[in-house]
Amino acid sequence: MVKIQIDGKEYQAEPTKTIIEVARDNGIHIPHFCWHPRLSVSGNCRMCLVEVEKNPKLVIACATKVADGMIVHTANERVIKAREAIMEFLLINHPLDCPICDEAGECKLQDYAYKYSKGYSRFEEEKVRKPKRVALGPNVMLDVERCIMCSRCIRFCNEIAKTPQLVFTKRGDHVELTTAPGEELNNPYSMNVIELCPVGALTSRDFRFKARVWEMSSTESICRGCARGCNINIWVRNNEILRLTPRYNPEVNDYWMCDYGRLNTFKYVNSGDRIKSPMINKEGELIEVSWEEAIASAVFKLKNFKKSEIAGISSAFATNEDNYIFAKFIKQVLGSSNIDFMKHNVGNDDNLLIRADKTPNSLGTIAVGAIPGEKGMNFDQILNGIKSGTIKCLYVLCDDIAISDEIINALSKIDCLIVNSPIRNNLTSIADIVFPSATYAEKNGTFTNFQGRVQRIRPAVATAEIDRTLDGLAQSRLDKFGAPNDRWTKGVKIDARPTWRIIVAIANAMNHKFKYNSAEEIFNEISTNIDAFKNLNYMKIGNKGALLNIKLIKYYKPVTV
Amino acid sequence: MNKINRKVVRTEDLNFWQKLYIPEILKGMKITIRQMFLPKFTRQYPEEKWIPPPSFRGRPVLVEENGKERCVACGLCSRVCPALAIEVQAAETELSKERYPVKFEINMLRCIFCGLCEEACPEEAIVMSKDYELTFFSQEEAIFGKDKLLMPIDELKDRLEFLRKYR
Repeated sequence: MVKIQIDGKEYQAEPTKTIIEVARDNGIHIPHFCWHPRLSVSGNCRMCLVEVEKNPKLVIACATKVADGMIVHTANERVIKAREAIMEFLLINHPLDCPICDEAGECKLQDYAYKYSKGYSRFEEEKVRKPKRVALGPNVMLDVERCIMCSRCIRFCNEIAKTPQLVFTKRGDHVELTTAPGEELNNPYSMNVIELCPVGALTSRDFRFKARVWEMSSTESICRGCARGCNINIWVRNNEILRLTPRYNPEVNDYWMCDYGRLNTFKYVNSGDRIKSPMINKEGELIEVSWEEAIASAVFKLKNFKKSEIAGISSAFATNEDNYIFAKFIKQVLGSSNIDFMKHNVGNDDNLLIRADKTPNSLGTIAVGAIPGEKGMNFDQILNGIKSGTIKCLYVLCDDIAISDEIINALSKIDCLIVNSPIRNNLTSIADIVFPSATYAEKNGTFTNFQGRVQRIRPAVATAEIDRTLDGLAQSRLDKFGAPNDRWTKGVKIDARPTWRIIVAIANAMNHKFKYNSAEEIFNEISTNIDAFKNLNYMKIGNKGALLNIKLIKYYKPVTV
Repeated sequence: MNKINRKVVRTEDLNFWQKLYIPEILKGMKITIRQMFLPKFTRQYPEEKWIPPPSFRGRPVLVEENGKERCVACGLCSRVCPALAIEVQAAETELSKERYPVKFEINMLRCIFCGLCEEACPEEAIVMSKDYELTFFSQEEAIFGKDKLLMPIDELKDRLEFLRKYR
């Protein structure tokens, strides 16, 4: 450890660290463009210039290691003047694109122009013109004029994604970011360069011009794309999800998330495929009915079967709370122990984030006991049971298990098929009763990722029964100040309910007292009843998650059929 | 309670002629009669329209240039609007300006004619027009879309000139 002084205060620091890192650890912000905590030091933007006493010139804080007795000034007159000069240089060729730039509002250059530049331009000559609107790959759009040549994106591709796809060409103020001829930026993590880019040079093609960033609210949540459970922010305007961005969590996803998760895990929430009301199959046709009627009909049907004829399919897409309540319902209310979930594995785990397990909560589903245990049937046995006619009634939680003709044929033979699902799919089309369930973006709950980290999801989109203000959802300015007769407060609200609430309603209708008013109450019961979750609560989970005791999870040995 | 003792001081008492009352009436009548022979300020409104000066802030309109709106849908007017009257939805266009408002709506029931949208606009695309006649029969009708907001630049020359000169 060495002692250094920054802006008159003494700090202890490890000698391997640079000035910018030590300053950051102690809450001092040194402005920077090209430096990033997870990337190699490039030192080309010169924005982090600081004064080190006894050093004739200013030094860049990102590449200068701390030394004992070093005295650093991060904001004295000389440094401020140098910063203003750097900003002036950077802005010389930066186009006045802010009005049409998607980065505006979360742009480092914009922020620093307010904080650290003079506020006017002395440059009267022509700006350098470069290509605009270049599709760099399937997901990323490049505007070369806006680039300030920090090389963060290039270093990300080389060092983190390990796919060297980007490069600078030419020299001086003619430098252009590009891919090799005929190549494109298409690695599975390509969209991380959008957040990395301190300006609007790299923007999302998917989100392009959809909204200004200040019009949206953001909600902390978890990606449902795979068992990694990347921490994300859900960005919503007018009750519609417009984009997902990664949220920093060093234990799970660091600063990153994959393109698959970013693009393919939220669009169904606002799609036209959403089920708008409970439905009952009457003479081969699904007819929309009220909640009361659907629940009564489910109770009536479930009572017709023997315990051994009923099976439940839990879901690794549903939360711990949903699966816990479902398991309790199947085991205690229906008296069956035939419960298992379907695994969805695609490809292999990679070295960064992507997991082969494409569900967010398979470990949690096992941990809360939504699995067969000793005497129950597992998924394959249930399927065979349906084929042979021993299983006559199936309750499927939010998961489209009808993925093959074999399963569809088997399921269409069954006497009673009850389904909870947010969207219409193959399974709901052959179901007898369909309950519209809330998506991961419309409810509270927890997912357990593959490491055993329990992480919170929070409602970002309001369903028919949720009021953004009263239920404490994140609000944008328009949400806060809009009146009910404003057009921009009239986003579609789906009449869906969290799965646990649907199950609780059915259980209560069957004269079992399931007294839960919130997902948190269920989680508290989980932490009392299940050893692996002991001592956990929503408070402890917070926004970074908390590990459960993975050694105490009761797995089961699948019985081969 | 303390009683406030304040002496009312009358600086000037009515003089004899003022006390007489009649000469004062005649003075007033003189003004009235003079007005009858001076030019009129009233007009036959719906038939005779008033044309406001360029500094007048009538309803905000979108400047239409070469058959296209100048607006790039940056949303600054919408952000700055204290009454939250403006809603903008951007989309991509082939034109060099890259984006345009696929939807641009001003709720004229919310608009307070403050002119902040005009002030915030980086493209001189939204300006206050001379149009002050706004009537509607329903709330829905009061939401003006692009069809009602677009105004050819020729009709807005006065205002644009005024803005360049005095802003």
